[in-house]
Amino acid sequence: MLRLLHIEFHKLRYSKSTKILTIIYFLIPLSISLIASIDFNFIGINVRVADQGIFNFPYIWHFNTFLISFLKLFLAIVIVSMMSNEYTNRTLKQNLIDGLSKKEFILSKFYMILALSLASTVFVFILSLILGLFFSDFTEASIIFSDLEFILAYFIKLVGFFSFCMFLGVLVKRSAFALGFLFVWYIIEKIIYLILLFKIMGTEAGADKVMQFFPLEATANLIKQPFSRLNFIQTAASQLQTDFVIDYALHWYSIAIVIVWTAIFVWGSQALLKKRDL
Amino acid sequence: MNTILKINQLTKKFGLLTAVNNISFTIEKGNIYGILGPNGSGKSTTLGMVLNVVNKTSGDFQWFNGEQSIHQALKKVGAIIEHPNFYPYMTAKQNLNLVCKIKNVTNAKIEEKLELVGLLDRKDSNFSSFSLGMKQRLAIASALLNDPEILILDEPTNGLDPQGIHQIREIIRKIAATGTTILLASHLLDEVEKVCSHVIIIRKGVMLYSGKVDEMNASHGYVEMQAQKNALLIEVLKNHEWFENITIDKETGLTKAILTQPIEAEKLNQMLFEKGIILSHLVKRKESLEQQFLELTQQNA
Repeated sequence: MLRLLHIEFHKLRYSKSTKILTIIYFLIPLSISLIASIDFNFIGINVRVADQGIFNFPYIWHFNTFLISFLKLFLAIVIVSMMSNEYTNRTLKQNLIDGLSKKEFILSKFYMILALSLASTVFVFILSLILGLFFSDFTEASIIFSDLEFILAYFIKLVGFFSFCMFLGVLVKRSAFALGFLFVWYIIEKIIYLILLFKIMGTEAGADKVMQFFPLEATANLIKQPFSRLNFIQTAASQLQTDFVIDYALHWYSIAIVIVWTAIFVWGSQALLKKRDL
Repeated sequence: MNTILKINQLTKKFGLLTAVNNISFTIEKGNIYGILGPNGSGKSTTLGMVLNVVNKTSGDFQWFNGEQSIHQALKKVGAIIEHPNFYPYMTAKQNLNLVCKIKNVTNAKIEEKLELVGLLDRKDSNFSSFSLGMKQRLAIASALLNDPEILILDEPTNGLDPQGIHQIREIIRKIAATGTTILLASHLLDEVEKVCSHVIIIRKGVMLYSGKVDEMNASHGYVEMQAQKNALLIEVLKNHEWFENITIDKETGLTKAILTQPIEAEKLNQMLFEKGIILSHLVKRKESLEQQFLELTQQNA
């Protein structure tokens, strides 16, 4: 396993675009949190984003994992191109000739996905912990370490999404087309949702029930939007006499669905590779 | 002798087209093999199958008597297929380092092999900045990193300029001199003729011949002659049991006769002299591989 990870890391570390994308990926959350912690002097009133309660434990786990997970697109480009470049450079062929088995090849990519997801998860954990310790109103250990399932959800979400990217990279063989396909697939899922909502199920709950089985929706389901949990929005909502009933909790079946998709994508990539002549 | 590769009834179909049809041959340690055939005859497909990048339709093959799985066996093989394929953004050395990791060997030999192919001074240049000839030489260096049991080269001089072709041939000769088994696929006959001891001829996916280069044609060669008394010469040749198929080459005007038995040029000259014919030109030749090849492929057309 370490050998395969070494091989993959060697391939990535010298690629300029990979380096830049990865650095951007990690820099953006850092700079945003820096900005958020600065005092803005806004029309004479001190506005500090950090004071709006977004960095309170344990809410911060939810908030940060949700926001930062949008940036996964940067790493998605890295993953898709690390697959499809092997086709365009024809290095996949040479790798196999040099004695890498097809299974090892896919595994080396998958291990890299696990490693990148893990790195990102650790990063989010540390960043949130530091921000929280600075700005949270509650810093008791029992509160700090509650709701940590969002960190787990974040990791699974990345692994699932990146596995999808890997599969597309193998399927389409060209990075630009694979990314395009990803976007098209996103739209397809939305269209299916609309059809389900208006034509077949008729209810939002019913449509959601079916949609949770689609890959992108399944990964999105792991961490739901956190904004309606914010204090001032809750207050605003109660003033408007509306009620939010959103289930934020992480369910075992959501995790199971994503893990099943991950397995399908990894297995599918390998099956595609085995079937093809290079 | 040690068998390196045994191919048995290997077949590959692309849809309706049969690219490789029931090919069988064996590769023994220490020989230099050439796979010869026109473009599109199935050479690369055959190599692709034994190298695990093309799926076979039927038949089977065994590396090293089938003691190891294919990808383990391939770690003891050095191979280049068609294009030199490397990561363009890495330097020569970084690329070779990666190959070492894949083959599970130490990277101690990188400099030595770069030296062998004359790329040591360019080891820190990006692969994308290399000329085709340099890429091809880097590919050879990479194939040699593990001191392979067999080196497989597919069209190594394809697309190179004369200087590049010369360099590659020199390298191949150097490697052959170390006793490494080599399998060289090419459509260039003189290339195979110059370096190979054994040859496998493929045409349209069908194997026409497999064996030693000099046993390929049972003939004893031919002689080219010229004399003042040309008419008498032809007369004598026609009536003599040593010769057959007497022709006059239109371009050179030389009289050409196929030998029916092994005759020394000396003896031949003496015989003609005794008949009153003084030769101004006498050359005894073996048919070149090119002629034999054309003959073989025409016979089977």
